Amino acid sequence: MTEQNKIREQFPILNQKVNGYDLIYFDNGATSQKPVCVINSISDFYKTSNSNIHRGVHTLSRTATELFENARKTIANYFNVKNDQQIIFTSGTTDSINLVVNGLAKDYLKAGDEIILSAYEHHSNILPWQMWAQENGGKLKIIPLLEDESINYDAIPSLISDKTKLIAITQVSNTLGLITDIEKIKSFAQKNNIPVLLDGAQSAPHMLIDLQKLNVDFFVCSAHKMYGPTGIGLLYLSEKWLRELPISKPGGGTIKTVTFEKTEYAEGALRFEPGTPNISGAIGFAAAVNFIKSVGIQTIFEHENELVQYAQTKMSELPEVIIYGVSKHKAGVISFNVKGQHPFDVGTLLDKYGIAVRTGHHCTQPLMQHLKIQGTVRISFAIYNTKQEIDFFIEKLKKVITMLS
Amino acid sequence: MTIEEIEKEIIEEFEIFGDSWESKYEHLIDLGKSLPLINEKLKTEDRIIKGCQSRVWLNSELIDGKIVYTADADAIITKGMVALLVRVLSNHKPEAVVKADLKFIDEIGLKEHLSPTRANGLVSMINKMKTDALMLSR
Repeated sequence: MTEQNKIREQFPILNQKVNGYDLIYFDNGATSQKPVCVINSISDFYKTSNSNIHRGVHTLSRTATELFENARKTIANYFNVKNDQQIIFTSGTTDSINLVVNGLAKDYLKAGDEIILSAYEHHSNILPWQMWAQENGGKLKIIPLLEDESINYDAIPSLISDKTKLIAITQVSNTLGLITDIEKIKSFAQKNNIPVLLDGAQSAPHMLIDLQKLNVDFFVCSAHKMYGPTGIGLLYLSEKWLRELPISKPGGGTIKTVTFEKTEYAEGALRFEPGTPNISGAIGFAAAVNFIKSVGIQTIFEHENELVQYAQTKMSELPEVIIYGVSKHKAGVISFNVKGQHPFDVGTLLDKYGIAVRTGHHCTQPLMQHLKIQGTVRISFAIYNTKQEIDFFIEKLKKVITMLS
Repeated sequence: MTIEEIEKEIIEEFEIFGDSWESKYEHLIDLGKSLPLINEKLKTEDRIIKGCQSRVWLNSELIDGKIVYTADADAIITKGMVALLVRVLSNHKPEAVVKADLKFIDEIGLKEHLSPTRANGLVSMINKMKTDALMLSR
């Protein structure tokens, strides 16, 4: 059995027909499929260890607490974070960003302050900042894109002022797959003492993230795009922000002592995790990280990059196809349109051939406005995708083009 | 013809394609292309039925006691579906439109377009057609 087959075998969902064709799942940017080890980790937890954590004296509760905290350690270790308390479990990227915005809004951000974002952010990294700005007299400044849709780094200095309080930027564009040069962003930020929030929703599934090396203030990502379950993700806080970020979601489990007059909050990650957390989700997240480690993130990156370059080349041979953000430096994603055709039509017909793609604005409407289009068709790869699948996709894409023209 | 009779006619029209979804969709695409459905001036913001992805415009008016629909869509497959709906529901008494169950969509094997994923705005379009009929029947 080839290495590729060994990997595919671990994803039971792939072994099915859709509309009479073998399923080809090219919508990994929306969510990836889950290997058996992740699925089992969740069902095993409910079968053998389910209990609430951090409060019971009974054995089961201790086991569950240990599994949950071990998950935090596994994940901290994977992202090369020294203190596992710097990893806070959230419901995902969006939740993490909201936790940062709402925490910073308590004290750090003032009326008139400015936040810098890029033009290719997805809505999760726009709307929370926009709401803060609208409600508190803040301002968003947007880093423009160049002709090739990459970030115009040279424009950053002119956006920075003494009012700039944060740069929040995605490491990989979910729509275009382009990779942001974080070192460049950091060089501008550090010169001016501006904290950086790095959105890893689309980078963590594809590339090595060493948070010590990256040395940003905030990092966020979602488990479900990296072979883990939905409804769980993380917020990484630098040592400084772990001490200084005010909590904005008070609740059970975040405290040391409570009276009706005053509450003393716990230290570390727990104070950001009110209520009963997503225990099985955290365990599944750790199992997903272990899956990635077993394959090797570098192997994943190289495999997906090979697929992207292969597909990009084949698609460029079709005169009717327009690819957005063509680059040799991409993470798992290709966005395209068929000239004169609506992405919805292309996606609908590809689905009839069992090919799952994403169509629409990909929750990046400002980017669509920049590109002056309604939407795109997006294909995005994971470790289990193959060149044969791309060949079949190209063959059917040609057919779809004929049908529509 | 009554609504049911037009539905029957469409069902028969689609029967010749048998199980071939490709032929069905080619036909749908042709329907979408061949029908100029709406006066461009009526394609205003307030006539857009917002689906998540493809936009549908609908104009409803009462002419001689019958409701007349004109519509358009920016995606061709959606437009084909819209053309079928207009063909079935336009030029009938509002009461008949409100009562129509539109079974033909299932029978011609295009039920997937009615899934409530907001993907094509078609469900919203049918609702809007019926609500307009209800309003105009009063």
